[in-house]
Amino acid sequence: MTKRTHALLGACAVAALSTAAFAQDTITIATVNNGDMIRMQGYTDTFTEQTGIEVEWVTLEENVLRQRVTTDITTKGGQFDIMTIGMYETPIWGANGWLVPLDGMSAEYDVEDILPAMRNGLSHDGTLYAAPFYGESSMVMYRTDLMEAAGLEMPTAPTWEFIREAAAAMTDRDNEINGICLRGKAGWGEGGAIITVTANSFGARWFDEDWTAQFDQPEWAEAINFYVDMMNESGPQGFATNGFNENLSLFQQGKCGMWIDATVAASFVTNPDESTVADSVGFALAPNKDGVSKKANWLWAWALAIPAGTQNEEAAKTFIEWATSKEYIGLVAANEGWANVPPGARASLYATPEYQEVPFAQMTLDSIQAADPNNPTVEPVPYVGVQFVAIPEFAGMATEVSQEFSAAYAGQQTVEEALEKAQAITNETMEAAGYR
Amino acid sequence: MSRAVTPRRKLINTTIAWAIGLLIFFPILWTILTSFKTEGQAIASPPIFLNFDWTLENYAVVMERSNYMRFLWNSIIIAGGSTILGLIIAVPAAWSMAFVPSKRTKDILLWMLSTKMLPAVGVLYPIYLLFIELGLLDSRTGLVIVMMLINLPIIVWMLYTYFREIPGEILEAARMDGAALRQEVLYILTPMAIPGIASTMLLNFILAWNEAFWTLNLTAAKAAPLTAFIASYSSPEGLFYAKLSAASTMAIAPILILGWFSQKQLVRGLTFGAVK
Repeated sequence: MTKRTHALLGACAVAALSTAAFAQDTITIATVNNGDMIRMQGYTDTFTEQTGIEVEWVTLEENVLRQRVTTDITTKGGQFDIMTIGMYETPIWGANGWLVPLDGMSAEYDVEDILPAMRNGLSHDGTLYAAPFYGESSMVMYRTDLMEAAGLEMPTAPTWEFIREAAAAMTDRDNEINGICLRGKAGWGEGGAIITVTANSFGARWFDEDWTAQFDQPEWAEAINFYVDMMNESGPQGFATNGFNENLSLFQQGKCGMWIDATVAASFVTNPDESTVADSVGFALAPNKDGVSKKANWLWAWALAIPAGTQNEEAAKTFIEWATSKEYIGLVAANEGWANVPPGARASLYATPEYQEVPFAQMTLDSIQAADPNNPTVEPVPYVGVQFVAIPEFAGMATEVSQEFSAAYAGQQTVEEALEKAQAITNETMEAAGYR
Repeated sequence: MSRAVTPRRKLINTTIAWAIGLLIFFPILWTILTSFKTEGQAIASPPIFLNFDWTLENYAVVMERSNYMRFLWNSIIIAGGSTILGLIIAVPAAWSMAFVPSKRTKDILLWMLSTKMLPAVGVLYPIYLLFIELGLLDSRTGLVIVMMLINLPIIVWMLYTYFREIPGEILEAARMDGAALRQEVLYILTPMAIPGIASTMLLNFILAWNEAFWTLNLTAAKAAPLTAFIASYSSPEGLFYAKLSAASTMAIAPILILGWFSQKQLVRGLTFGAVK
């Protein structure tokens, strides 16, 4: 062999070794674009300094993220070492063996400190498969000044009847003020989420214990008719196409008296840099129909999980331990204030005196604790999940069902027609999937 | 018989042309304007057109958060590479179809075009699995191949149309003078079809630059181009329009500049042979 060949082989070996070393020390994380996740990206250097592990971020819009990570995990593409997934995917993927169990976390990590509702929602058969980065429920956000002007006082736990009455009293069409803003946009995670929890709070459910759809039951008709009538009386025009961001925008511009949506919105509507009504926002628990024990509050967490088969399992675990730890919360609090820490994941956060001073902290915790994914409805159900049903078929059929509801909101069909179609779509899907 | 263009008619034509031009350009203009607003101003109702405090904050945030140059470089490689590779394959293919047609040439052309009628998502999984097997996921090589294959029917069709406008007698004369096939294509055909080839190149480059489905689905961190850069600024929870607009403006700026400087060539190429 010539000297040149030796040199070439040597260079190749060095390159291969350095590539292997790079692969071991670099993890790729797929995540969603929201304030808390972007803030976490900003602290990547701190993590790298502490551990020597480099981090590559792939930030995607929520729907694109879902499609990408689902494609990757089902085909074993191996593009990501950590995936940001939600409460819907985690138990299903965990049951399929697609995720690495997050057992064996260090004592300092304190798994028991994760709020029980979050821990249960992100586990399958008692094994945690994803660590919550932040959690949320839904609650009422309302304009204290408009409520006062209407001569009403918001109870801590209002009923739907009160909400409707207050919405009508606060509505001022001449000044473009809508008494209430709610989602109507099609999509299982958009309008589908709020209408499902509203139905829960009227005593309805998606399925009975034999997996038969329940849209033909009077509770569903009552819930949706109430929703449509209230929104027609006091909601914004064209609410059938409004989702979270559209309502956030309306509320921040002072065009909503009340808004029932994700607890995470509280930090946006009270931020004076973005909201024109930041100093006059109050909070209350999500409502229920008078006499019904379940409230219209959902439960959700964006969590970090490791796909089975990754080459960087240990490094990925190290990152998850760091990003979802008490230490990380302290780091953000020290640099950006307590109002900006990721909420809803750890009990110790709510025991922190400084955090208790954040105006929406207690209501967020109360809302999260009021949601029970294992017992989400008045009547018993065979599924887990509050605003979703944790089965693989749900995302597709719930999107179709929510499209029918959106069409009813827009006046393109009656509520009864929408419910009939929802019943047919759901039963057909469940039969085809072998549940019935 | 041509009709005389009166000043009044000229004015009407110009006004209509400007109105249509502005209508088409308005979304881009609005995106650029929004990129200089705060998030609050971006969602203001009624919308603010020009009367706002212009800020570069969104650009600063985007530059701090993302490695723009890496996305830009990937876009250049993917769009440029697929265009060059496409031309290498399409020029001989279009030559044979234009100058040595067979009974099935029209059918082949139609079949090639029919591949564009298939919804891309229909072949996502097979392509994804192939990419896993071949180790091409999140690689620029893989994206260059896919972009080339997607746009190849359009390149062939465009070149075929241009080549058909070139009189066959000229090539015949070259052949009689002893030109070999390679010389005929390289030294006679190609120079004569330069405007057409240039506009095909530009159009293909723009199509590959803007393609989002495959670039979003087949890349992660290493080969992600500017389409992925834009997508990362859309958010399900929180205001993002101003930052998204800044990211979009930064993504379209290079292609707008390229289009601006080559507009003469582009128009000449696109109207090549339209008037004999």
